[in-house]
Amino acid sequence: MRKLIVAASVALTMMAGVAHAQERNLRIAFDVPYEPFEYKDENGELTGFEVELAEAMCEEMNANCEFVIQAWDGMIPGLLARKFDLIMSSMSITPERAERVLFSEPYYNTPGGWFGPESFNTDVTDMAAMEGMTVGVQRGTTMDTFVTEEMGGVVTIKRYTTADDMVLDLEGQRLDVVFVDYPVGEQTVLSKDGFKEVGEPVKLGQGVGVAMRKRDEELAQEVNEALATLKEDGTYNTIMDKYFAYDIKM
Amino acid sequence: MPEFLAELLNQNDIFTGPTIMEYWGGLVTTVQLVFLSLILGLLVAVPLAIMRTSKNPLINGPVWFYTYIFRGTPLLIQLYIIYYGLAQIEGIQQTFWWDIFREAFYPALLAFTLNTAAYTTEIIRGAIVATPSGEIEAAKAYGMSWALRMRRIILPSAARRGVQAYSNEVIFMLHASAIASVVTLVDLTGAARNIYSRFYAPFDAFIFVALLYMALTFMLVFAFRKLENYLLQHQRPVNS
Repeated sequence: MRKLIVAASVALTMMAGVAHAQERNLRIAFDVPYEPFEYKDENGELTGFEVELAEAMCEEMNANCEFVIQAWDGMIPGLLARKFDLIMSSMSITPERAERVLFSEPYYNTPGGWFGPESFNTDVTDMAAMEGMTVGVQRGTTMDTFVTEEMGGVVTIKRYTTADDMVLDLEGQRLDVVFVDYPVGEQTVLSKDGFKEVGEPVKLGQGVGVAMRKRDEELAQEVNEALATLKEDGTYNTIMDKYFAYDIKM
Repeated sequence: MPEFLAELLNQNDIFTGPTIMEYWGGLVTTVQLVFLSLILGLLVAVPLAIMRTSKNPLINGPVWFYTYIFRGTPLLIQLYIIYYGLAQIEGIQQTFWWDIFREAFYPALLAFTLNTAAYTTEIIRGAIVATPSGEIEAAKAYGMSWALRMRRIILPSAARRGVQAYSNEVIFMLHASAIASVVTLVDLTGAARNIYSRFYAPFDAFIFVALLYMALTFMLVFAFRKLENYLLQHQRPVNS
């Protein structure tokens, strides 16, 4: 009897092994909410541009994907600690990050946008006029780097972990203006009454890529191939048109 | 700057002059925030603790309610409510209050003060309640009034019993102040988070800040040991 159980369990394990041979398991991390890229809909389901792109990519790669929610602060450490295998959470490609992680080819690029209250009439590129203003950015983003480098000594910079907290402070008049990823500002600031775009969008950085561990070079190649296919066969455009009125393809 | 220090700073990418200055700014903010809130909290807590020991429910009740609320909810939530909640009050931006609450420092100071005052109130209350009844009877036999008894006998005696528990509260407060960075305040933790997000080097940024917190803690522990020695002098053997 005992032998039979052992044999049965060995057989079962082997069958399971065969079934999973083609499908690899991948865990993909997102930081939510970051509308419209990744957020939860009314039913609490994870959705958004990057989530749908990730789903399409997994299908293309024939992979079994699990989505993980991870706060932005712990993204790269979590990846390096093998808590997940891919980051698809609007991570812009920068030289500093590229020292720690391996990036795929960029899959989108959006500019940074200036948003403020209706009463805001200052030219954001005029440093003399901006002097003493309080500007909100998300900590560690390319927008943060831009404002820190270009306007560091001129304005007071407040850094936030999430876009929600920042918009709350803009509404509460603690901030004069925010500089945020354009689509995020469009969704969170412009959707409220009394706010407008207050300056020209600024093109920043090299775009957004999928981040992986340095040693996963094979995986990176597969990801690049899958993304290239999606961009060519129209799947990418279908998903993009669902969320954006303009082109963010790269 | 001494030469060996300048050389040390040149040898790495992260701990350069500007980074050290950012940590220094964070240290100043943390120390200001923690010490101001502790001093204000203690000043509020002493009268509240005396009220809390009153037998009259009209005096005792509100203080009980206050400590129950502030000890029963996380400090982070209190900070969120005070920082974001105040900004949502209709028209507050037009009043003079806004000059105070616009910056993150004062809402954080208010939250920390109210929180530490609640804990300190209960610490002092416990110490007051534990006063040996013999001491109070002796004071009464001398004909001391309530106020004189409180000032000369009960509070000094309670201070001796409460000081150890209070030193813990002070250290907890220092560590709890790390959450100030969630409301944009650049305290020690805020500086570490900024530096971490700039260089993506969590170990360097956070271990350095942990060492700074530890140094502050050791200074506090040292100061409290001196204070305990002073307060409990009469209990030591004569020749030590």
